[in-house]
Amino acid sequence: MSAPSENMPIAVTAPRAKPLLLRHLPYFVGAVILVTLTATLRVDGYIHNILMQATTFAIAVFGLSVVLGLCGQINLAQAAFFGFGAYAVGIGTSDYHISYWLCLAAGCVMALLAGALLGISTLRLGGHYLAMVTISFQQIVTLIMINTIWLTHGPDGVSNIGRPALFQSPQSYLAFCVATLALVGYFVWHLPDMKLGRAMRAVRDNELAAGVSGIDVFRTKVYAFALCAALGGLAGGLFAGGFAYVSPDQFSFAESIVFLTMSLLGGVASPIGSAIGTGLLILIPEWLRFLKSVPGLYLAIYGLFVILIIRYMPDGIWGFVSAALDRWRSHAEPVAVSAPLRLMPATVGGDTVLEVTGLSKYFGGLKAVDAVDIAVKRGSVHALIGPNGSGKTTTLNVLSGLYKATAGRILLDGTDITNLPPHLRTAAGLGRTFQNIRLFRSMTALENVEIGAERPGNTLIGEGGDNALTARAMEALTFVGLGPRANELISSFSYGHQRLIEIARALAANPTLLLLDEPAAGLNSSEKLELHELLKRIAAQGLTILIIDHDMTLVSEAAQHITVLNFGRRIADGESMAVLRHPDVVSAYLGTE
Amino acid sequence: MNNPQFLLPNAVMDLVLQLLFTGIGIGAVYALVALGFVLIFRATNVVNFAQGEFSMVAAYLMVVFAVDLGWPYWLSFLLSLAGMALLGAIFNLGVYYPLRHRSFLPVIIATIGASILLANSVLAIYGPQPQVLEGWFETPGIQLGPVYLDSQYLLIIAVTIVMVAFNYWFFEHTMLGKKLQATSQDKEMASLLGISVSTMIMITFIYSAVLGGLAGILVAPVLFVSIQMGSTIALKAFAATIIGGFGDVAGAIIGGLALGIIETFGAAYISVPYKDGFAFLVLVLFLVFRPQGIFGERVAEKA
Repeated sequence: MSAPSENMPIAVTAPRAKPLLLRHLPYFVGAVILVTLTATLRVDGYIHNILMQATTFAIAVFGLSVVLGLCGQINLAQAAFFGFGAYAVGIGTSDYHISYWLCLAAGCVMALLAGALLGISTLRLGGHYLAMVTISFQQIVTLIMINTIWLTHGPDGVSNIGRPALFQSPQSYLAFCVATLALVGYFVWHLPDMKLGRAMRAVRDNELAAGVSGIDVFRTKVYAFALCAALGGLAGGLFAGGFAYVSPDQFSFAESIVFLTMSLLGGVASPIGSAIGTGLLILIPEWLRFLKSVPGLYLAIYGLFVILIIRYMPDGIWGFVSAALDRWRSHAEPVAVSAPLRLMPATVGGDTVLEVTGLSKYFGGLKAVDAVDIAVKRGSVHALIGPNGSGKTTTLNVLSGLYKATAGRILLDGTDITNLPPHLRTAAGLGRTFQNIRLFRSMTALENVEIGAERPGNTLIGEGGDNALTARAMEALTFVGLGPRANELISSFSYGHQRLIEIARALAANPTLLLLDEPAAGLNSSEKLELHELLKRIAAQGLTILIIDHDMTLVSEAAQHITVLNFGRRIADGESMAVLRHPDVVSAYLGTE
Repeated sequence: MNNPQFLLPNAVMDLVLQLLFTGIGIGAVYALVALGFVLIFRATNVVNFAQGEFSMVAAYLMVVFAVDLGWPYWLSFLLSLAGMALLGAIFNLGVYYPLRHRSFLPVIIATIGASILLANSVLAIYGPQPQVLEGWFETPGIQLGPVYLDSQYLLIIAVTIVMVAFNYWFFEHTMLGKKLQATSQDKEMASLLGISVSTMIMITFIYSAVLGGLAGILVAPVLFVSIQMGSTIALKAFAATIIGGFGDVAGAIIGGLALGIIETFGAAYISVPYKDGFAFLVLVLFLVFRPQGIFGERVAEKA
């Protein structure tokens, strides 16, 4: 661990100087050129159809890149959502002569609502459930498309689908679709750097850590899922207008697998990958048309592709290429100055920051925590100790909301947080670290800490703009001595440094109370000394700390007040030295003679 | 089948009994496949999305041996199960094993890929025409009072009972079964105790492929042998495991039976085209109101 250099100016990524739209100007220039080309260049009908298909499919695959790539949730019903949009435009314009735009919007909204409902019913559960439920949903939608003949015309499909008056000619309609693709692509490309996108990445990397960093995990997943479905609906609506005919087999489970394969092949993490995958999987089958003569052969090869990509190229083609590009790109970063970290813990209640009364947690018949009282004084360092299995970590997990209390009450700064979910406790001012480190592994140290800084209720980031977040995160990283390495990925840090990053993530949030779960576990002796030093500097700023640890030296030196647990019950509580000499404590640790 | 609304009360009772019997028969198939799901899930912590395809492939193997080649039924049966054991081994080596250290998402995507590969390879070889497989017995069934007991359904129910009993004996009273359990509960500890974890996982895949295959062979004479039978059965079996409580053996069996009965009654009294939709409806109800299933406990991830 390097010596902390809290007040020294450090080189970091400069706050983004140019306005965002200006920096992204080349993208829009490229998009305009592309749209102009499609609108003016004459192509034959065959090529036109391929382009039409590729454009609309790519939008649907962008949806998968959001849900699977960014948020780590699976959706095996994208073709069904695609079908929502396609049938809305198809039935609406052809049977009921409703305006194309209205139908397109209705299709998107229907897909969005279906996606949200599906997500709400399933996303609290694990990924297996989601996979199976989306497959089931896909089958149901296909059943409905085939069997509700009065509405969907059944297996015959819907023909004579209309287009908007503005884009009547096939070529202008294609140009319109390409323009939509460019806009959606811009949004999806930019999403990872927006608040919602960051939350999605955090959820993908580590759900528990995301929750205690103040992210509503469930809502983030539902948003990702609904967004994916809406993009599917949009793509389907455009598709229906482009081909003027839709039938149920175009929206079957097989098509969902095609979308998934496109997404995986190109690289699920980026819209560029989605576009590559879509393009390839539309072109390759055209080159290998002979495969289509044997039913099944074609999809069998897709299945094989999926297995091989997952095994040998998990990040897809674009992931592979961009990793290679990254190695060539120089990593020189512009200089910026970071201010010293300010901690301004909120002071709403009285002298007691945390008041726990009669807290119990039973697992079946096991009383892991049994009627425990803890009162943590404002500005103090309070330690919770006890032998292995005494219920310390369980207590911490109940405090931070990962477990639901069986009985008892938890007051944080006068607010009752007993029944709040983890992210709302964080919003109320709780910060914590984990015994087994939980960082967002695919992100840099800076991004990890930025997610902490983004805590709802953090008063020190102003409006929460990108610059304020980066500045706050840099301050926290500098405070723990890792400022110069802010832009490195988590995997390049040692265990001890990862622990510091976790502490920085909690500090950046400017919590009212910091819970540290065995921060000294796994550290060597010099790292422990530095940790002790760091705790002193945190406490000096008036932040209240509740620490769990085995290291008696650390506990007795750092903490003014100690609560001792044994077999889930409080056996001693009071001023440090008195508690450590307490006969019950001595016998709990050393055994009785 | 007559329209139930126009029958007399005791005829309704007879129909109910008949439907109950059919439902249990179909449910037993779901239970067998669900058992395969649960075994792999407990051993590897992943859901094998190709479990249903095991049933489908085994049914096609039966068609090849017993119908196309005209070999004796019992020989075809044994050969098909041997084929499934081989497929289970290849599946483990080709799909699961290389990914065993990755998170669950890549693994389930790979098993989905495998399911697509299996289903469509069979489609490419055999074409889309559903095949017919005769039942094991010459006698179509016996009339027991008002209820007609189809011999194939009787066989399905009997085999399921035998397999459940065997499963219990194997896992609770044999050393191999205990080693398999130990592996599924704590791989590292098991390997420290000298258990070969990779062998145990291999055995699990072979066993559950054979189990899935058995279900497929049993149900084939009742349904048509088709490409879609795999995904249909897998979907129901998965729903059964959720209804029963994920990862719970007894739950999978109860869930499977319950689903078979619900579906049969739903088809008779509500709607035939949407028969396959009832499983989904029940599944969603459970997910919303009791996601831990009938027997499951809510499990929290340890921080």
